[in-house]
Amino acid sequence: MKQDNVMTTPFVSQYDNLKQALPGYSQPWMTTLRDRAMESFTQAGLPTQRRESWKYTNLRGLQQLELTERALEPQPISIDRAPSLLPEGTAHRVVFVNGGFRPDLSDLAGLPEGVIVGSVADLAEREPQRVEALLAAHSDVEDQPLVALNTAFMRDGLLLELEAGRKLDRVLEVIHVNSAENGVFAHNARNLISLGAGSEATILEHHTGLNGTAYYINAANDMTLAEDATLRHYRIQAEGTNAVHTSTMNGHLSGNSFYDGYTLSIGAALSRNETNMKLTAAGARCHLNGGYLMRDKQHCDTTTVVDHLSPQTSCREVFKGVLDDRSRGVFQGRIVVHPEAQQTDGHQLNKVLLLTDTAEINAKPELEIYADDVKCSHGCSAGEVDHDALFYLRSRGLSETSAKALLIQAFLAESVSEIGKEELQDLFLEKISDWLAI
Amino acid sequence: MAATVETVDQVRALADDKYKYGFVTDIEADTAPKGLDESTVRFISAKKEEPEWLLEWRLKAYRQWLTMPEPEWAKVDFPAIDYQDAYYFSAPKTTEAPKSLDEVDPELLRTYEKLGIPLREQEMLAGVAVDAVFDSVSVATTFRHKLAEKGVIFCSISEAIKDYPDLVKKYLGSVVPYGDNKHACLNSAVFTDGSFVYIPKGVRCPMELSTYFRINAANTGQFERTLIIADEGSYVSYLEGCTAPMRDENQLHAAVVELIVLDDAEIKYSTVQNWYPGDENGVGGIYNFVTKRGACRGKNSKISWTQVETGSAVTWKYPSCILQGDNSVGEFYSIAITNNMQQADTGTKMIHLGKNTTSRIIAKGISAGKSQSTYRGLVRMGAKAKGARNYTQCDSLLIGDKCGAHTVPYIESRNSSAQIEHEATTSKISEDQLFYCRQRGIGEEDAVALVVNGFCREVLQQLPMEFAVEAQKLVGISLEGSVG
Repeated sequence: MKQDNVMTTPFVSQYDNLKQALPGYSQPWMTTLRDRAMESFTQAGLPTQRRESWKYTNLRGLQQLELTERALEPQPISIDRAPSLLPEGTAHRVVFVNGGFRPDLSDLAGLPEGVIVGSVADLAEREPQRVEALLAAHSDVEDQPLVALNTAFMRDGLLLELEAGRKLDRVLEVIHVNSAENGVFAHNARNLISLGAGSEATILEHHTGLNGTAYYINAANDMTLAEDATLRHYRIQAEGTNAVHTSTMNGHLSGNSFYDGYTLSIGAALSRNETNMKLTAAGARCHLNGGYLMRDKQHCDTTTVVDHLSPQTSCREVFKGVLDDRSRGVFQGRIVVHPEAQQTDGHQLNKVLLLTDTAEINAKPELEIYADDVKCSHGCSAGEVDHDALFYLRSRGLSETSAKALLIQAFLAESVSEIGKEELQDLFLEKISDWLAI
Repeated sequence: MAATVETVDQVRALADDKYKYGFVTDIEADTAPKGLDESTVRFISAKKEEPEWLLEWRLKAYRQWLTMPEPEWAKVDFPAIDYQDAYYFSAPKTTEAPKSLDEVDPELLRTYEKLGIPLREQEMLAGVAVDAVFDSVSVATTFRHKLAEKGVIFCSISEAIKDYPDLVKKYLGSVVPYGDNKHACLNSAVFTDGSFVYIPKGVRCPMELSTYFRINAANTGQFERTLIIADEGSYVSYLEGCTAPMRDENQLHAAVVELIVLDDAEIKYSTVQNWYPGDENGVGGIYNFVTKRGACRGKNSKISWTQVETGSAVTWKYPSCILQGDNSVGEFYSIAITNNMQQADTGTKMIHLGKNTTSRIIAKGISAGKSQSTYRGLVRMGAKAKGARNYTQCDSLLIGDKCGAHTVPYIESRNSSAQIEHEATTSKISEDQLFYCRQRGIGEEDAVALVVNGFCREVLQQLPMEFAVEAQKLVGISLEGSVG
């Protein structure tokens, strides 16, 4: 493939200068890992549209950020309060500001025994073997240039580890606040999550950013669920309107484990949420749901790949999108049923409302099936707000704007109702109402 | 003709009834030297006494072909094609075009009889005009006069180039440009024959037009070029059926079909493709790389593609519609059956450009044995396609645990008033239904054929009557040996 030099700067040129300052430099295995990742990133470069999995998303927008040589260095800013979404005392809280862990804003009091919540940077120095083990669990990841980039430069992120049988009763709220008030920056956040057999946790993760400032967040999440573990993972991506946000989640699900995910994307100029789930043993279930609300010239890419590697595994996906102004949405969903994975259930639904003639949706729902005893389906639709429903509401005295907003809210509510932790549904509906300004 | 003897023996050795169309006719071919270079292109053009512009066009295509990489995005896997190891031109040894059926080589006529299309009887009974393509040059065309009365032109493309150069020059390559893709490009450079149809304004073609394609001489890739033009307010239904002799070498077939539909006109294009699929181990079989595309240029125009794909070792085929005219309609009905080691990557593209354009896609894939079948399709709503609608349904049926069925739809919409609906399902053949049939004394294979026929019913209904009967039988034959 033709090399596109533009697509590796400033990352490649800065690596040698920076690597000594990166966390875990004292650990030879870490440096080897980073070096190898850098090598693979240098070869591949940032993904271009020549790659089938990036057909509809162009990362050239990154160039507009004008990342300088200093962009990859830490940029602390002063902030005295974390914008929490949950009432004080009802949740454990971890706060990252411009990618760096802020213990002073976090609240980790009363964590149950056998539950480790901390900063990857911190633990890479204090308990390197723990970080090494968690990173090694996903070393099979290949051909993901953004994850390679992340591995080379990762500084900090959430580390969550639950021992077998432990339950985290309160929600773990993970807050990422970003602001480039001191100059453009790029941050590679790495979150490592491992749930022991039969353990259970709920994460509410939200990313907020200061509008108008430009920065690049490249997040990578490694998630491992042992037998019978349950992870509920709900996310709100509300980065600043000029930001670029790419996130890659790689998950391994063991027998009878359950992953329930929901991602609401409303922020960033350009965002991509990629989720790769491997269902490796019987009974593994995975729900990937989400909503994307875009306006102006925002671009949002939702990509999911679910690999059914073992018999009796199931997945379910419901994604809803609303696209206004000149925004663009991309949905790529792939369900792969490997030859051994008999009795697989896979269902996927993607529905999109286009509010203007300048908005655009590109969808590619794929089924790749190598086993015969399966039930798989996907559905995809795109269209505008139902005129009859609109007329009905208007004839009952609602203004056009509020009638439309009501219909859009109802449209999105279908995906929100998929959130397994019901008490959090209202929070997401509220975010949607805010976006609709009703 | 050692190769022929060998093949005949081989056919005898294999079960005769398994592939009843597997035989080779012994006719001395006037072939171009093996291999492909500019002189081959010039040889073909000279042999067919073509005008200068066409030779230039062929050469342009050839030069572009050299620079193009093989398309590798399809989910098919086969050894690289050695383009230099094939003949690009072989014509039956008749110096002058026959004026009636009596002048046609009796050997050829016998071949058609085996295929079940006795031309003479057809003339009276079936009401079907056949432009029989034997290898590369058309040798007999019936019903010419009856069609001529209505002003319908139905002839081989070589004749059309001589007799209607203006029409050909205007439309050839206007839907599938010579550089469209590697296979279409090769076809543009070396196409030897094919059919040409022109339906004048307001004429409803009085009969179904049909072309039988045969691949005969060993090692000859076949490059058909079909061009159908439906002028304002006209209608034509065109049938294309294919059979090929049994042989051990992979044969390349890269056809191009172009349809042009003007205001209020309609073309219905039906295909039954039953080429040699190779044996149980994947040896032999045809490579079928076809570019089919229609342009609904006029208002209220309509194109309907129906295909039953049961043959070929590798199928790479995406009959598409470009819906330019307002209110134009595109339809795609497809059955793709793969068994043993067959691979099929097929689907359609519906490009909505005009207002209120509608399209409908019904694709049924059946995989058995160790085969892989893929539906790959694109529905695109352009920014000006106000009120456009699309409905897509792709269903896959799996028989056995060694096969694969894949669905890769691309959906792109740039218009809020356009509505797109897409549904796809994959499941295995229902045990309950099979049990029900077995219980009533129906053999397992017949039961499978019955269930599959039911599964395909929506598509089979779209075929003209003559084809529907043949297609139903084909569905059963193709799945032989897939159960038990």
